[in-house]
Amino acid sequence: MTAPAPTPPSATRSAGLAFILKKAVISACVALILFSLMIGIRTLPSENGQLTYTTRFGELAAMVAIVFGGSIVVELLRLWWGPVDRVKLAPPPVQAALDIGGRLIAPALLIFALLVPVIFYQQRYILDLGILVLTYVMLGWGLNVVVGLAGLLDLGYVAFYAVGAYSYALLATTFGLGFWECLPLAGLLAACWGVMLGFPVLRLRGDYLAIVTLAFGEIIRLVIINWQNLTGGPNGISGIPRPTFFGIPLVPGPNGLAAKFGIPFSPTHRIVFLFYLILALALLTNWVTIRLRRLPIGRAWEALREDEVACRALGIDTTTTKLTAFATGALFGGFAGAFFATRQGFISPESFTFQESALVLAIVVLGGMGSQLGVALAALAMIGGFELFRGFDQYRMLVFGIVMVLLMIWRPRGLVGHRAPTVFLEHNRAISSDLVKEGHG
Amino acid sequence: MDYFAQQMINGLVLGSIYGLIAIGYTMVYGIVGMINFAHGDIFMIGGFIALITFLILVSMGLTAVPLILLVVLVVSMAITAIYGWAVERIAYRPLRHSFRLAPMLSAIGMSFVLSNFSQVTQGAQVKPIPPLITGGHTLYEQGGFVVRLSNVQIVVVMTTVVLLAIFTWLVARTRLGRDMRACEQDQTMAALLGVNVDRTISMTFVIGAALAAVAGIMYLLYYGLVDFYMGFVAGIKAFTAAVLGGIGSLPGAMLGGLAIGLIETLWSAYFSVEYKDVAAFSILIVVLIFMPTGLLGRPEVEKV
Amino acid sequence: MSPDTILSVDHLSMRFGGIVAVNDLSFTAQHKKITALIGPNGAGKTTVFNCITGFYKPSGGSIRLAPPDGGYFRLERLNDFRISKLAKVARTFQNIRLFPGMTALENLMVAQHNALMRASGFTLLGLLGFPTWRAAERDAIERARSWLDRIGLLDRADDAAGNLPYGDQRRLEIARAMCTEPMLLCLDEPAAGLNARESAALNEMLLSIRNDHGTSILLIEHDMSVVMEISDHIVVLDYGVKIADGAPRAIRDDAKVIAAYLGTGDGEEIAAEGVT
Repeated sequence: MTAPAPTPPSATRSAGLAFILKKAVISACVALILFSLMIGIRTLPSENGQLTYTTRFGELAAMVAIVFGGSIVVELLRLWWGPVDRVKLAPPPVQAALDIGGRLIAPALLIFALLVPVIFYQQRYILDLGILVLTYVMLGWGLNVVVGLAGLLDLGYVAFYAVGAYSYALLATTFGLGFWECLPLAGLLAACWGVMLGFPVLRLRGDYLAIVTLAFGEIIRLVIINWQNLTGGPNGISGIPRPTFFGIPLVPGPNGLAAKFGIPFSPTHRIVFLFYLILALALLTNWVTIRLRRLPIGRAWEALREDEVACRALGIDTTTTKLTAFATGALFGGFAGAFFATRQGFISPESFTFQESALVLAIVVLGGMGSQLGVALAALAMIGGFELFRGFDQYRMLVFGIVMVLLMIWRPRGLVGHRAPTVFLEHNRAISSDLVKEGHG
Repeated sequence: MDYFAQQMINGLVLGSIYGLIAIGYTMVYGIVGMINFAHGDIFMIGGFIALITFLILVSMGLTAVPLILLVVLVVSMAITAIYGWAVERIAYRPLRHSFRLAPMLSAIGMSFVLSNFSQVTQGAQVKPIPPLITGGHTLYEQGGFVVRLSNVQIVVVMTTVVLLAIFTWLVARTRLGRDMRACEQDQTMAALLGVNVDRTISMTFVIGAALAAVAGIMYLLYYGLVDFYMGFVAGIKAFTAAVLGGIGSLPGAMLGGLAIGLIETLWSAYFSVEYKDVAAFSILIVVLIFMPTGLLGRPEVEKV
Repeated sequence: MSPDTILSVDHLSMRFGGIVAVNDLSFTAQHKKITALIGPNGAGKTTVFNCITGFYKPSGGSIRLAPPDGGYFRLERLNDFRISKLAKVARTFQNIRLFPGMTALENLMVAQHNALMRASGFTLLGLLGFPTWRAAERDAIERARSWLDRIGLLDRADDAAGNLPYGDQRRLEIARAMCTEPMLLCLDEPAAGLNARESAALNEMLLSIRNDHGTSILLIEHDMSVVMEISDHIVVLDYGVKIADGAPRAIRDDAKVIAAYLGTGDGEEIAAEGVT
């Protein structure tokens, strides 16, 4: 099955029109059948608890019309642009400019991030959004180690997030330990779980590895829900202490940080502190990842992704390599989880569903696996996009699913189309994603 | 003993439903080598379509149960089959020669699309219907406990058996079945020999979806409700069943389904209901680690 | 085992279900010599390789690797990566297995993984930037650079391995195997797909590996211009069984080998290829 060659537009334009119409009609008919019952009929509970229904033929007609029109548009685009995977967003000169600009984006973004609390000090909403974005950036960078660098398909990353959050919550509420003491412990516990997850899946590849990690993630969630004595079950754990500024609480009153600094107390202080805290944690993740890439362990991760058999032939213990990848990714997931717990003050199993794992994975894949900047941009795009749907929560996941499908069809290697080598003699030439393997686990 | 017998019956009925879904997973994995993450949600869609058809028929005044069942069966199987076809066409076919990861992520995306499509179009509440098939037979009674085989259980099992027979015949004897088996072994060669690979793969998805629809109908009859989330967990359990039975093996899928149904029911009955899903997921992990070829599958040696 | 023997294969057999791929095979490879394993397709040569390098567990028999300073490793009991790491056996593959998304230089750096891991203090020292680590890294880069120079790829050191032409990829794979500083180098059809000039260059490279590095070489090959030119010792397999074992000259004239593999038709071809 070879991809069809792009049809020259002018030669087949007239024949194309009939073809396009035929395709559109077929698509519309299929849409009609698929949507007839699900959209055309709306089931409702009636007064006596029985189920009844109403019709929505207007909406059905509208959807079919949209499919018809959309099909025409897609076919026209395909005629003019050629096969989907050869579509280049920007012509070469723009691409070159983007490459140069690309090197500036990262520092620019960093400076912007540092200044956000300063610029948006009065806008609590923006600060909260920034904290959310940075949390997902950190999760993305953490998962990037496992999926992007080592090529191990982890669909259960949320489990490490949950272990970190619940560890911190339990340690803090049971033993009264502070955030800074609990943070390393939470990370360590998450890393242990990472190793425990890693051991059984060592010999699994590709889809099987993915679904087993998914199963592990679900098991963690179910255990959290059901082990009420330990985790509070569906009610979660509340009263999680807020973080302190290295021991000084951020509260009004003479003991608080504001008093120590001699400035009037404001609740915004805590938000700003949380912002810089997650920024610091994320940057730590980034720094460690970049350094590890240049060390033998990081190179071994990438080699594992490229060709596991060749790694073993070179004397690399792929077992340890995989376990360290899982442990490292889990460590950062755990840190992020601890931060999440302290930021919210309350956690429940609802925050740790498969949808979260899928979201973080989508961020990593969208970013162009292995690329730090790509992951950050992807997190910004995804979470920012989600925010736009505030108020339309139902449609959020639907659109997310559609975006994932479209993304895989259009740009399966993600936004950033290349990999940067970790060592070079003369030229630091980026390697095109076409050559980089995506790993089979 | 009698309690155990009842649980066995319940487990086998549940297992039949899982088996029907598992067949879809195993066929698709056999022919295109991917786990169709959206398959569980196809099962859910089948249940919804059945529910809506049932409501319409009842409101039209139909009362004859066999007739209602037949119409629901045909309509749901047909429409759900087209859902299966559409999913393959839109989300998987363009990616057939793409990187290994792409179809899987596309499938996850499709799974979200289907489940949220249900939620958006029909609302997030659970949808109940009154029991369609009532009554049953007392098998025997001992020490005050009655072992009962309900009529709906009989219907579920009979339907499963009939469909399984039809389907096994389809794979073993017809041209389509032969094409499927050829594509499973070597797609390129099959294409060179004149097999329409695209169409064969589409038909695989279609048949899998139709069977999942039947499972959805059975689920609706048996439990009396559907909800937009039922596909996720049922999907993983059915996939576990497919793996347990040996991925790629049809009798294995049904066998695995029955096994999972039994294990889940017995575990709920004798240990704990809350952790029954954990039990199912744990089985998946254990099987994939220690017995990845399952009970009836063929071992693979990696060529270096 | 005699002190000159580096590899001793005794009564090796390998079964896959009902199929016997290798049947009671015994041969030795001498230290600092080039031993070739030849035979028709399906004779079991790659299976033997996979047994020696630990990718298959033999059904029976033993494989012993004897380093010059005494003792020996029982390869049939070791894992594949341990055979490479401890017993210092390196290999290349029939279908080239480079790391295509990494540069040529990176490929050679990955090969030095174990040494670098120790030097980086299992990552810890490396993370903190200790000078001992930096020195070790510089040495590793230097070793990689010298190998790239030897195989003529120095100007392509920073190019992706997947972008290199086929002949270069083959040489890079051999260089990568050599970066693990092996005692025994196992090459699976290194000359496959190479033209006459490239094969001659390969011969030179392998001879220099044997002479300058003192590495023993075990070689599967179909190209007789390579085999006859550089081998010190040839073992011939057919249907999983050894049918001949000896010096190149003897093998060339062996009737059984000719019947099974080399053929009688183009006698001139063999005579012309055969040297010394």
